[in-house]
Amino acid sequence: MSINIETDDGVVEVYLSGEIDHHSAGELRERIDEAIGAVTPQRVILDFRGVTFMDSSGIGLVMGRYKLLEGTGAVLELRGLSSPVKRVMRLAGLDRIAVMDGGTKK
Amino acid sequence: MKQINEMKLQIPGKSANESFARAALSAFAAQLDPTIDELADIKTAVSEAVTNCIVHGYRDEIGPVYIHAKLYEDNTLTIKIRDKGCGIPDIKQAMEPLFTTCTTGERAGLGFAVMQSFMDKVRVTSKPGKGTCVVLTKKLLSKGAGNA
Repeated sequence: MSINIETDDGVVEVYLSGEIDHHSAGELRERIDEAIGAVTPQRVILDFRGVTFMDSSGIGLVMGRYKLLEGTGAVLELRGLSSPVKRVMRLAGLDRIAVMDGGTKK
Repeated sequence: MKQINEMKLQIPGKSANESFARAALSAFAAQLDPTIDELADIKTAVSEAVTNCIVHGYRDEIGPVYIHAKLYEDNTLTIKIRDKGCGIPDIKQAMEPLFTTCTTGERAGLGFAVMQSFMDKVRVTSKPGKGTCVVLTKKLLSKGAGNA
């Protein structure tokens, strides 16, 4: 699992790659929260293009970041979702709390 | 139904072994010539079950996780994943979507929901103080070799 974070003008872009499970989620959470805490962003984009596997630990990762941003006015966007990743996310109703692949929240 | 192959695996309940367990099961299931989606379903369900053993069964300890998988000639795969952890006092409640004992807000409480959604059948037995056993069953629709 690797993570690359770019911050520019109130936008935090997080590029995730590899496998997201309970083992890797802890470090990802720390790195993302550190970046969010440093800039108080208006938008946080989680890019899953490089993610090859994700179980419900990925849902926890997204839900946790949603809770962190809740009330700040920041928008959470999920990008580059492969079909299996999207399936896990839809199961959890993440399309109701975050913008998925450029769409709108349901 | 006639069994055509089986595998047993015992691993310490370390989170680093979650990826090993799903990769091993994925390689074993490959004998039935599954589709990419079927393999993704199996890997995800196994990952959830093994993570449950580690996170909920053993909590702050590291105990053994036992995996026993069987392939049948009708293209059915069964995977038994067992721990000797704390057990589940109320299985019905534990299987409710979004129910979690995690207090950090970082666990979604969807492990069983994912298993149920991605496999045909999920059977859970548990005894508090003794451990939990989850049996996952999936009939692969793909045309398998079936004679490995």
